[in-house]
Parts: sequence; C-alpha cells; structure tokens
Amino acid sequence: MKTQNHNTLDTTSLTAGQREFLRHQKLQKWYIFWSRIILFIGFLLLWQTASDFGWIDKFYFSSPSAIAKLFWHDIQDMSLLNHIGITLLESGISFLLILFFSVLAATFFWFYPSLGKMFEPFLIVLNSLPKSALAPLIIVWLGTGLRTIILCGMSVGIFGCILNLYQSFEQTDPERLKLIETFGGTKLQAFTKVVFPGNIPTFISLSKVNIGLALVGVIIGEFLAGRRGLGYLIIYGSQVFSRVSFL
Amino acid sequence: MKASNQHHSFLRLDHVAFSYYSNLGEVNVLQDLTFTIEKGVFAALVGPSGCGKSTVLSLISGLMKPVSGFITFYSEDFSAPRIGYMLQHDHLLEWRDIYHNITLGLEIQKTKNKENLAFADQLLEKYHLSHVKYHKPSALSGGMRQRIALIRTLATRPDLLLLDEPFSALDYQTRLLVSRDVREIIKSEQKTAILVTHDISEAISMADVVFVLTKSPCTVKDVIPIAFEDSGIKREDVRKSTLFQEYFDTIWREMQDENTEP
Repeated sequence: MKTQNHNTLDTTSLTAGQREFLRHQKLQKWYIFWSRIILFIGFLLLWQTASDFGWIDKFYFSSPSAIAKLFWHDIQDMSLLNHIGITLLESGISFLLILFFSVLAATFFWFYPSLGKMFEPFLIVLNSLPKSALAPLIIVWLGTGLRTIILCGMSVGIFGCILNLYQSFEQTDPERLKLIETFGGTKLQAFTKVVFPGNIPTFISLSKVNIGLALVGVIIGEFLAGRRGLGYLIIYGSQVFSRVSFL
Repeated sequence: MKASNQHHSFLRLDHVAFSYYSNLGEVNVLQDLTFTIEKGVFAALVGPSGCGKSTVLSLISGLMKPVSGFITFYSEDFSAPRIGYMLQHDHLLEWRDIYHNITLGLEIQKTKNKENLAFADQLLEKYHLSHVKYHKPSALSGGMRQRIALIRTLATRPDLLLLDEPFSALDYQTRLLVSRDVREIIKSEQKTAILVTHDISEAISMADVVFVLTKSPCTVKDVIPIAFEDSGIKREDVRKSTLFQEYFDTIWREMQDENTEP
C-alpha cells in the first residue's frame, strides 16, 4: 500500500501553486507567533507607562520594572526559588495522588458497576462543592502543614477526575469488549487489553487539566495553612501591603 | 453444550430456544431451532431483519446459553471445539500495530508461543499482507482491515468460524472483493464456517448451504444447498450465472412470505 508522509514533502517536485500555498501557511504561523509576543510586550509597556505617568496608582497596581527588580532580588537570595520549589513539590505530589486514586477508583467502579452507580451522585455532589470552603475543615482535622496542603491540592480535582475517567471507561465500545469475550477473555483481560489502553487519550487530557487544578488547590492550602510556598508569599505580600510581591 | 463423536456432522442444534426479559415482558427470540452442519461446510444464515440470526452465533459460541435444547459438537477426540468469531466491524485496536492486533487472540488465550507466532506470520505471508505487519490499522483500507480481522481470528486455529455480517461496514465494491477473498481463505484453510448476513447475494456467492430462517421467534424455514460446482460454474463467475438468479429468486420468495405473513 502506498503511504505518503506529509512531513517530508519533496519541495523540488512541488507546483508553483503548492509552493505559494505552503509559503502562505508558513507566513501565517510566523504572523501569529510574533503577534503574541508583540501583544505581551505591548501590555508590559502600557502598564509601565501608565505607572510612570501616574495614570494608575503605583501602590495598588505596581509596575513591571518593580516586579522584575523584586523578582531578581528574591532569586538572588534564593527565597523565591525556595517558595516556588515547595509549591511545585506539593502540586506534584497532589497531582500524582489525584491520578493514582482516580485510576484506582474508576477501575474499581468499572469492575463493579453497581458500586459505580451507587457512588456516582455522591461524587457529583462532592465535585460541585466549593473546595476552598473545605480547607478550614481539613485544617481542623489534620492541622497545618504539608499533609493539609496536599489534601487541599487533591480536593480540587480528584472528584471530577474520578467521574470523567469512570464515564470514559463506561463508554468503551461494547463490541470491543465482545471481541475479547469471543477469544474467551476475562474481564481483567478486557480491562488491560481494551478499556485502559483505549482510554489513555482521556487520561492524558485529564492529566493536563489536573496539573492546573492541583496547583490551584495547593495555593488555596498555602493561603490558609502554609508557612512556605507561593500561596503563603501571596498572603504575606497582601498583608504587608506589598503589592509588588503580591503581583 | 456438549462434545460427542457419534456422527460425521460437525455441529447440531437440537430444538434450541432462547428468550430474554425486558420491561415489556418476555421476548422469544428462538423457538425450536434445529439444524446440522457438516465438517468443512460453509453455511449461511439468512432471514428477516431482527429475527435472531446473530443470537444463533452467540449461542453457538457460548457467549449466551439457550433456555432449552442442545448444541452439540461432534469430534473424534471428544475435545471442545475452538471457535473463532468475526464481528460486524473489524475492531482493530488503534494503539497496536497490525502484528500485535493479529496476536491479540493468542495473548488472551495464553498460547503466544513460537509455533503460533510463526503460523500468524505464515498467514500474513500467504495472504500478501506481510508488508503492513508493522503499520497502524489507521493506515489500512476497509477491505485490508477486514482481511486482517479474519487473520486475527484464524491465528487462534479455530475449528469453527462464526462470521456475523462481517462485510456490512464496507462499500459495495470492496464488499464483493473481500467476500470473495474471505471465502477463498476459509476454503483453503479447510474451516467449517457459519455466515450470518441479510444480503442474499452474499450468502449465495459464498456459502455451500443457505439456511432460511423465519421471523422471530425464529426457526429454520428452508435449507437450500448451493451447488454451482455440480453445474460446472466457477465461484468467480457465479454472480453472472442463471443458477445464481434461480437461487436468489427462491430465497427472496421465502423471505417475502415471511415479511407478509401475519
């Protein structure tokens, strides 16, 4: 069978029309790329100018140069990197735990669909709860510290992740499961050969969403129970009226 | 389901009945279904839509159990038969290459040994598909995918092949070519096969015997042996022959009667 690899087109054999089409596509990509950079630089310049000329109040809005100076200072004394490191570590652990428990729960519910149906409404309720409201309760249970912050990080994403992954497992084409049955396969084989590998794209897309959600949860946790980390730094900045630090 | 060596027959369904329950009550799908298939025969089941043709295959394969009646396989050594099942769609797994799709059945049956892998390779070679061995299924045409699905089934060395409308997802031209190839492959591997189809032409051109089923609850209405070879007609020319038209008219009339009967 003849297959064509579009990434390795032989440009010498292209017609003038095709060459023009490719040139136009390339130009379009460059235009979008540079427009984004110019837009960002333009925003920073406008902010700096507005701050320098007093169009906005420096106390409340700060300026890019002041933020850059503080950033450089905090980088040099390693304090910022330390806070970033802590937040990343907490977010990373929360993220991995979300994935681990979501796969575990969704797999369990797929093997025992009655339990899945039983737990589904509770998961929907837990998923729709405002998670920042849970944080004070978690502090009461576990005190302040790493465990509380990680649990806050997990609470934001885990229920949605379990629900989505379970629904995705449930929607596996029944004919594919029948295929495994026709070979005399077990439910475990149906899971390992069809259900799990077939849902890897869903797993990856859920992972992308949950990296962000874990960070949000960890920052909320650090707001309330942190002694280190970016959430703590933001709260500290707002409490000492350092808008530069806050931003 | 039981195995016996009493006859030369390969498979016998004896007064088989099947029903299921829904919110609307009990639905009788099969009632007193009796037929026999000889070893090495390619049989086709045709009947009105929804009459329970696919249910017959599910019962033979053991995926479902009959409410009453017997399904008997006759073998010389009393061993349980190996059954290969080909579904309506190829269901090739996109995350596996062709080779690993073909060996899926062997993996599941835990028979992925050197001998069976060599047999899978032989099948690919024999049916001119070795060049796509490491391709992903998405790179293959519909017809090729269906041939691969057949090889995946054959790789497990089944004694009986069940084909559940395996060409219904293909366009007409591909369907003609693939059905011809599939018959040739099944005949050259000397397999017993049962094809379920709603396409009368397909049944006549592929099978050695056609069972016409009644509407649900389904029983066998007529058994029509297809004997092109006796009239000296080659299989590739059957669709052009008057005998083909005669078979078609007979089966069509039987099925029309089913649709008009109250």
